[in-house]
Amino acid sequence: MEQKRKERLDRGIKVRSDTIYALMSVKEIAYLVLPRLVLICGLLIAPLVMPSMYWQRVISIVCIYCLLAISFDFLAHFVGLVSLGGAFFIGVGSYLAAILNTYWGLSPVLTIPLATIFGALICTILLLPCLPLRGVYFAIVTLMYPLALARIIEALDIFGGTDGIMGVTSFPGRWVELYFMVGMVLIFLFGMRRLVNEDIGLVFRAVKDNDQAVRASGMNVTFFKAIGVCIASAMGCLGGACLVHIYMWAGISQFALDFSILPIAATVIGGAGTLVGPVIGCIILVPISELLRTFGTLRIVFYSLILVGFIVFRSEGLMVYGQRKYHQFERWVRV
Amino acid sequence: MDIIIYGIINSISLALMALGFALVYGISRLPNFAHGALYVVAGFITWTLFKAAGLNYLLSIILAMAITGLIGGLLYQFILIRVRGMAISEIIASYAMGLAVLEGLRWGGFKGMTYTLPVFAQGSIMIWGVPVDYHRIIVVGIGAAVVLFLWIFTRSTRVGLALRGMAQDERASLMLGIDSDVMAVVAMVLGSALAALAAILLLPLGNIVVEAGYNVLILAIAVCIVGGLGSWFGAVLAAFLIGFAQILTVAYVGSHFQMVVAILAIIITLILKPSGLFGKQKELEERV
Repeated sequence: MEQKRKERLDRGIKVRSDTIYALMSVKEIAYLVLPRLVLICGLLIAPLVMPSMYWQRVISIVCIYCLLAISFDFLAHFVGLVSLGGAFFIGVGSYLAAILNTYWGLSPVLTIPLATIFGALICTILLLPCLPLRGVYFAIVTLMYPLALARIIEALDIFGGTDGIMGVTSFPGRWVELYFMVGMVLIFLFGMRRLVNEDIGLVFRAVKDNDQAVRASGMNVTFFKAIGVCIASAMGCLGGACLVHIYMWAGISQFALDFSILPIAATVIGGAGTLVGPVIGCIILVPISELLRTFGTLRIVFYSLILVGFIVFRSEGLMVYGQRKYHQFERWVRV
Repeated sequence: MDIIIYGIINSISLALMALGFALVYGISRLPNFAHGALYVVAGFITWTLFKAAGLNYLLSIILAMAITGLIGGLLYQFILIRVRGMAISEIIASYAMGLAVLEGLRWGGFKGMTYTLPVFAQGSIMIWGVPVDYHRIIVVGIGAAVVLFLWIFTRSTRVGLALRGMAQDERASLMLGIDSDVMAVVAMVLGSALAALAAILLLPLGNIVVEAGYNVLILAIAVCIVGGLGSWFGAVLAAFLIGFAQILTVAYVGSHFQMVVAILAIIITLILKPSGLFGKQKELEERV
């Protein structure tokens, strides 16, 4: 029987636009810029075309999940720490922002940056003892952190206990909120893409691929992991702080599983290790989840099943698939 | 006195919850995060067969264990086997499946106080001045019997020995003609049936609620981590450690902290000695 296999070759335009020759013609520049421009413009226009207040609110929520998903993707696929505790970052960020706002009366202009920075520091310090752990162990320990904090808050009855902290100030306006969120997603998305291609990104990836080699090069593995966690948790805490000011309320439900599982699902669907993939995954998943809100917990069933389907049958994700089709052409050749 | 007696009961319950998880992880290195879901599912199957279909209690218990075992086996054969060896994918996939099952049950209306199973025997007895109901004594008896049965099973039957061979060295056992995929399915079926047994024994003491799934998962992980992943003996010992720690906390601090103890046990063990008290993993595999 005649056997065939699929051969993949880079498109000519891709090869040309990889180098300085990209500047030769409009076509090559467009080849590079167009996909990015579509995403940026799409995100910037989205709030304007949304039919109702409700759907504008959904965009803010999408942005929060985007931040979390980027942080998950960065930690898992560039630093090699699979953190199942996105809810931990969100929870710490939101409680910090709520405390700063209600107890000390600071305005959102101050609470959001403060909660981001100090939240990142707190998360890093709390996670510091677990950083030497690998693989499964780190995943389990991070899964336990949000549960532990939620139970401790519940048991000690601090920070409002099960009722949470109410009466947090909201953003000064709808448009400020929307464009602040969208702007933050874009800044962090492109910032992270740049970061992982800098020198430090190289070290991060080395930590992921072969930590013994990093150690042998005289670099402190735990130190770089701590920096990675700090960056990732800053994104998570920023999301949490914004969430508090959007909902005007902080509570134990911010440690809930939603914030751990949805970003992971978005990353798996969107394409792991691309940083853009998680954003696209969130843009697809969160609105679907909102549409299914009337079905109650069925939406968790729904995105769990999507997650299983993708992780088992299509583990590369949409973005990697899309990139392959965009950059390469395929043909069948005889073996 | 009551601390000792209820400590023992609590420890045996924990051991029952954790045995299935420990078995599956020990044999096929699969952290089965759907364990809690299987536990709750077994409870609801028993309830359906007994209350809704009107079968004999004993018959419905045996059927429920068989069905849960089958569900576990199918879950492994059709989904988890495809991500075998990729630890993180295994965790995410099994966790997502568990989540889907639990939240699906919640959506299907299985919540609230309406779902209870009857205890095996009414009444209670005084042991050294502490009232203990018969059901809890039966739990302790069966729990000890299960541990003993597993010990004999893995040491004197063909399948049991094959399972142990897999757990120790998969390649060597492959060369000796043990089909590792089949054995992994067998382990999963056994583990699920054990989860079902734990559910049937422990659920009559309270209501069948979806939240139990998450709690059982956390407790099972706590026991297995403290005992050392992959060590059954360690798991039983850790069950006693955590069991008594929980009872002491409830007695002297407050019942709110019962779960906090388990979660903190996981975190502290992982930080100090990730392979657990009796783990056999090598240091290099778990830490840098």
